[in-house]
Amino acid sequence: MSLTHLDKLENQSIYIIREAYNQFRNVAMLWSIGKDSTTLLWLTRKAFFGRLPFPVMHIDTSYKFKEIYTFRDKYAKEWNLELLVARNEEMLAAGLGPDKGKFQCCNELKTVALKKAIAANKFAALYLGIRRDEHGIRAKERFFSPRDEDFEWDYKNQPPELWDQYKTKAADEEHIRVHPLLGWTELDIWEYVQRENIPVVDLYFAKNGKRYRSIGCHTCCMPVDSDADTIEKIVEELKTSTVSERSGRAQDKEEDYMMQRLRSLGYM
Amino acid sequence: MIDDNTLSFVIVGHIDHGKSTLIGRLLYDTQSLPPDRIAEMEKASAERGHEAEFAYLLDHLEEERQQGITVDTTQVFFKTDKRHYVIIDTPGHVEFVKNMITGASQAEAAVLIVDVNEGVKEQTKRHSYMLSLLGLEQVVVVFNKMDLVEYRQERFEKVKADALKFLASIKIQPDVCIPISAMKGDNVADKSENMDWYDGPTFMESLDGLKNHKAAEDKTLLLPVQDVYKISDKRINVGRVEAGTINAGDDIEILPTGLKTKVKSIEKFLEERTNAEAGECVGFTTSDAVFLERGAVVCQPGKGPKLSDRVSASVFWMSKKPLSTDQKLTIRCATQETSCKVEQIKERINSSTLEVLEKDAKGLENLDVGEVIIKTKKPIAVKDFNDVQELGRFVLVRDQNICAGGIVT
Repeated sequence: MSLTHLDKLENQSIYIIREAYNQFRNVAMLWSIGKDSTTLLWLTRKAFFGRLPFPVMHIDTSYKFKEIYTFRDKYAKEWNLELLVARNEEMLAAGLGPDKGKFQCCNELKTVALKKAIAANKFAALYLGIRRDEHGIRAKERFFSPRDEDFEWDYKNQPPELWDQYKTKAADEEHIRVHPLLGWTELDIWEYVQRENIPVVDLYFAKNGKRYRSIGCHTCCMPVDSDADTIEKIVEELKTSTVSERSGRAQDKEEDYMMQRLRSLGYM
Repeated sequence: MIDDNTLSFVIVGHIDHGKSTLIGRLLYDTQSLPPDRIAEMEKASAERGHEAEFAYLLDHLEEERQQGITVDTTQVFFKTDKRHYVIIDTPGHVEFVKNMITGASQAEAAVLIVDVNEGVKEQTKRHSYMLSLLGLEQVVVVFNKMDLVEYRQERFEKVKADALKFLASIKIQPDVCIPISAMKGDNVADKSENMDWYDGPTFMESLDGLKNHKAAEDKTLLLPVQDVYKISDKRINVGRVEAGTINAGDDIEILPTGLKTKVKSIEKFLEERTNAEAGECVGFTTSDAVFLERGAVVCQPGKGPKLSDRVSASVFWMSKKPLSTDQKLTIRCATQETSCKVEQIKERINSSTLEVLEKDAKGLENLDVGEVIIKTKKPIAVKDFNDVQELGRFVLVRDQNICAGGIVT
């Protein structure tokens, strides 16, 4: 018997998840409730034999699809998760939304909300479900990626990372981002969701000729044309699709380097 | 039928010899990119006043596009009719060698690119040497920019001879040498009409000939312990099987203590298992309440690696702050970790020219390679790199930063 492609990816991710927990202990996982972070959550449950030894954090902009909130509450209970919900209440009370500028909205309601939550809980590391094939900038990430006290990502001077030996946290580093899914593609995720029967939010499945390939805030996500209403059909669709995954996501397109600027300020 | 196994390969070579352009061309010719990515590349190229720049498909950082260089390593995915690939692009600038090494350490094969116009340069040599140190044996060499030398065979043969001579000196025997033009597309995905004299494979065909790295299943058991979890009333030891297999009921020995016990159970969430093979992350419990902790290495009794507090190795130093023999460092090999000193530097070597700069040196500078003896505080279990890579390679850490990689010699 030899390991399949999905087995290898699963093992690589579990190895990274366990390395980070061994080193940091005081960690949390970001759960956007999307397919990637739900897959990461699934792998994390495997790594710790069903019981997560740390909290799961949802960055709530208040503009998420209602299906996302329903799914979150259902599985937080079913999987016995310690759920933290992080919101930038101050800016929400002041009425901030995407209509006031998408860059500011993403930065305040996601990045700033995240900063406050990390400061309040003093997390040394965060697990994130980002993948290299999502965006050219994310393709440059490391598995363990340090952020400084201003949350900046020093992408011009990233630490070397070789042979499953990862960065340890230095005094001037605020926290380490841990990315166990970097090596997975969108197709890998769906094939794994199919193999493992991982539950996902309904929005991914086509209704009336449209489905969401990437989900976030209802204000800034557009569905794509699709008739894929089952996981099998999604897998088939992705094998032939020429549309990029995040084509429905506003923050990737507004201007050339919006993603780089958001990320250098601490965006996910 | 497409092969289930994805193969990862790294592209290395001197700055401006065309690494990013070659990958961009390959993705473009095989229609591996969504139209919006192509449109974005064409728009960004036009804004900077030039024709379609394939390198922009990889170089995404603002600085990279403005300066026309790759700063950090990137991984992209693509597939042929035969299988899926992960392509690892790396920077060619001497400033970013640590990023090149990061990229190369994750690859199963390498593509070395040489500009036929410029010939073999400083980073061509340094990168090749790093490939040989990292144990990457499968190498394809492409000779790029054939369009700039009017597709002349003489020029190709001349540069090829230079390259092969250097590669032979570091024991790299390339699988194939291919004349290409990444910019124009000759011999990348399609056979060139400009080089009748060449009848070898195209670049894409050469990729399909590369082989996957094999997990060390046929060796005896090696399982470095990553962590120990207390789950309800069980103590579950977790780790990755680096060689061999582990079965419930097996007699095992635990290094460095030498304690012997039996595997009571194999633990995987949602699975009933009695064994696990090389490459698998697994949990296990033991029959006796033996003390296990991170860094312990589980093996077959009497067949494990030797323990030693002196390790002979080749190391490549990649920190601007030099190494000296009196510095206290940490060595990490698989999950083992202990403090150490580089006790003796038998030779300090220039990683581009291979010149021995000094014998019995007192330190190593950034980018130097050293033939060294490392003295560890606690004994560790290592293997010859050619036997089990996972226990034959290590990193050296100083002030929380990885400063060097090393191979046990």
